Amino acid sequence: MLPFLLNRLWQSFILLIIVSIIGFTILNLIPGGPLSQYALDPGMTAADLERLKEQMGLNRPLPIQYLDWAWRMLHGDWGTSYRDGAPVTEVIGRHIFATFILMGSSMAISIAIGTWIGIRGATHRYSLFDYTATVGAMVALSIPTFWFGLVSIYIFALKLGWFPAGNMYTIGDETVLGYLHHLILPSLVLSLVHVAVWSRYMRTATLDVIHQDFVKTARAKGVREKRVLMKHVVGNALLPMITLAGMQLPQLLSGALVTETVFTWPGMGRLFLDSLSYSDYPVVMGLLMLSAILTLLGNLIADIVVSMVDPRIRLA
Amino acid sequence: MTKKTSITLTRRGALGLVGAAGATLMAPNLLGKPAFAQTEGAPEGRVIVGLVQEPTVFNPLMVKIEVDDGVHFSLFDALFRFTPEGEVVPNLATEVPTQANGGISEDGTEWRVKLRDDVKWHDGKPFTAEDVKFTLELIVNPDFRAWRTAGHAFVRDITVVSPTELTWRMEEPFSPYLSFLTETFIIPKHAFEGVEDPNSAPFNQSPIGTGAFKWDRRLAGDRVELVANADYHGEGPYLEQLVFKYIPDITVHFTQFRSGDIDLLGRMYITPDNYEEAKTLPDRTLMLQPAPSIETIALNLERPQFKELAVREALYAAIDKQAIIDAIYYGVPSSVENYVPRSSYYYYADLPLHEYSPDKANALLDEAGWKRGAGGIREKDGVRLSFKNSTTSGNHLREQMQQFVQQMLQQVGVEMTIENMPAAVMWGDFWMQSRFDTAVVGITFLIGSDPDVTNRFHSKAITAQGGSGSNNWQIKNARIDELLEKGTRIFDPAERKAIYDEVQQIVRHELPYLPLFAENYIHGRKSEIEGFEPNGNTRTESWNAASWYWVS
Repeated sequence: MLPFLLNRLWQSFILLIIVSIIGFTILNLIPGGPLSQYALDPGMTAADLERLKEQMGLNRPLPIQYLDWAWRMLHGDWGTSYRDGAPVTEVIGRHIFATFILMGSSMAISIAIGTWIGIRGATHRYSLFDYTATVGAMVALSIPTFWFGLVSIYIFALKLGWFPAGNMYTIGDETVLGYLHHLILPSLVLSLVHVAVWSRYMRTATLDVIHQDFVKTARAKGVREKRVLMKHVVGNALLPMITLAGMQLPQLLSGALVTETVFTWPGMGRLFLDSLSYSDYPVVMGLLMLSAILTLLGNLIADIVVSMVDPRIRLA
Repeated sequence: MTKKTSITLTRRGALGLVGAAGATLMAPNLLGKPAFAQTEGAPEGRVIVGLVQEPTVFNPLMVKIEVDDGVHFSLFDALFRFTPEGEVVPNLATEVPTQANGGISEDGTEWRVKLRDDVKWHDGKPFTAEDVKFTLELIVNPDFRAWRTAGHAFVRDITVVSPTELTWRMEEPFSPYLSFLTETFIIPKHAFEGVEDPNSAPFNQSPIGTGAFKWDRRLAGDRVELVANADYHGEGPYLEQLVFKYIPDITVHFTQFRSGDIDLLGRMYITPDNYEEAKTLPDRTLMLQPAPSIETIALNLERPQFKELAVREALYAAIDKQAIIDAIYYGVPSSVENYVPRSSYYYYADLPLHEYSPDKANALLDEAGWKRGAGGIREKDGVRLSFKNSTTSGNHLREQMQQFVQQMLQQVGVEMTIENMPAAVMWGDFWMQSRFDTAVVGITFLIGSDPDVTNRFHSKAITAQGGSGSNNWQIKNARIDELLEKGTRIFDPAERKAIYDEVQQIVRHELPYLPLFAENYIHGRKSEIEGFEPNGNTRTESWNAASWYWVS
């Protein structure tokens, strides 16, 4: 186990360096840059822009800028946001909770519903339920979230008045109930796609297992159907799902770009889009590194968990 | 937010009412102003302003964008303020310095400013001339990431005469400085004592001002909350709380205005395509305000096609401006001839009006010797009357307008091809170094609402010819140069007006760009909010939030 972990860590470190170089390069290739938002301000002179460039260190050669950033990063300094002057870690810290709440509730919903639909679809293959679920998943996957979000706001907030038209809570009313009320619509909208994906994977995984010999054996020796399903089928079908869950871990914290925009949810997805449009390099790089680290971590955790639940798999 | 009306009362609306239950109603009087609310009682109620960009800069001297201004106007005061009519009035100062009252010396270089003695910072410390001195010095501190330094760079020898009076010398007379000072918010010296790097001072995240509202808190990515400053030295505030709410998407911005989550729409207001629907909303008041920015077709005067005035006049006559406004922009913008917005004191009202006439365009071109050649396109001395037109790609309304203009020009034998590019490319060297033929561009000509346009029309402001400035159409006119040089050395508004009236006439005659229209901002607010007044001489709708109040 230990050599495996050390090896994995070393690989991850190299990977992070590569990701950061690519990210930094692409970011700087985007025309414009952090000062372009001021360039059309009639009162900002070319001299003013030159001065800002110098003050922000943007007039240095790119490799120097990168090395400076990387060196600080290695010492735990994630840099300072151009846009609001706060440390990047603080900027991220201000947004991460909102995203965690939204993604957490949405994932809980989609895993629960998706698993159920997947198993039922597999055990009742080619039934009306299965067909409906299959078509429904296709439709859900092809509906643009942006459109679906706006339509659901129109119906459930403007017309029916059941839910608020976005925001994390009503200003002046910060009760837990208020939070929950605001959470329902965006997390359902967000779940739509996830349920679809999850149910398709779960259906396939279940089908892979359901016709295997050990299932037949279990049935043959008279195990009750419910027990066969829960212990033998689902238990084995969930194995590949652990890997899938691991891959979805970074999403839990990196946020949902579209849903957060439509529902004015002050999370990481919005932060990423805004930082990108302002060319707030330190924050964009910080978010990139965070999600890269989470991806690697998610995969690692999934591998370890799989090896723990499935004794056939050994980490080497 | 204090008063909920009939607009689809939701469960959430009911929750909102609970929060507002303590608030009592204000009685409106017949003049539309609640006399007692203006003079009596504690501030009450809350207004939520929706913005499509997030305010993130709270030190008003640091480099910033328009959306930050609403917070700054509410938290801070400048020495002077612009009225919506374009008059400069005292704010932290007791009078506006002029040559007549001795505030500015005869040669325009010595300034003397007297300050109010009854102003306190939000933390209770007294405001003095030391704070003004500190502010003006910080702006030109080479290590400080200051916003505009124009004008401030001329200031020398700032002397504090007494806590309520200070003087300085200008390296050269520069009359626009007075309007620049209306956008220069004064910050407290004591908040920077012992601070090593002003760029990362704690003040920048939790500012202290003298304004009508005090800093409460910021929820990053969501909103900024301010509370009433009961000790405010000026009018107001009548609201207990002022909230700037960030709504990242323009469609959702309008949706939340419909649903009542937002009380008043800030930048970018209501888009023209939602105007008709907005008019039908109950209990909402809409208001049009000419935007300071003018939509133009800029011509590169160094291109051989555009050297002749007759060609520029013909192009202008060939374009049906009203059809563009009505068919593409929902009739919302107003046709203009001036670069000076109507809200300015310096607006010259008697410029010749545009007349759409393809016949006149044809006649002008025929007369000037531009003959129709191959494909019906006019030519003269080997130059085809053909050019490219560029703007930011992805701006659908502008793209439709380009196609419209293309067709109209074709009818008079002029070929225009469209070549658009991403914003960063378009407004980079391509625009700054005058590499375009023609460009569709919205321009705010006045800096800080001063009529000085040296930056746009002086021959030394052509970047492509080694100058420094934004004379991107490369106009060179000796009379304009002379007038502009004179205009910044004269302080009397009436005298200056005569100068800038002439500049407006010459520019309209020379047509370095074809003026199309001034966009109109469509302001929207709940009808019970009174005291709201747009001000084209500032960049924000929230410049006077101190005067807003709720009626029912």
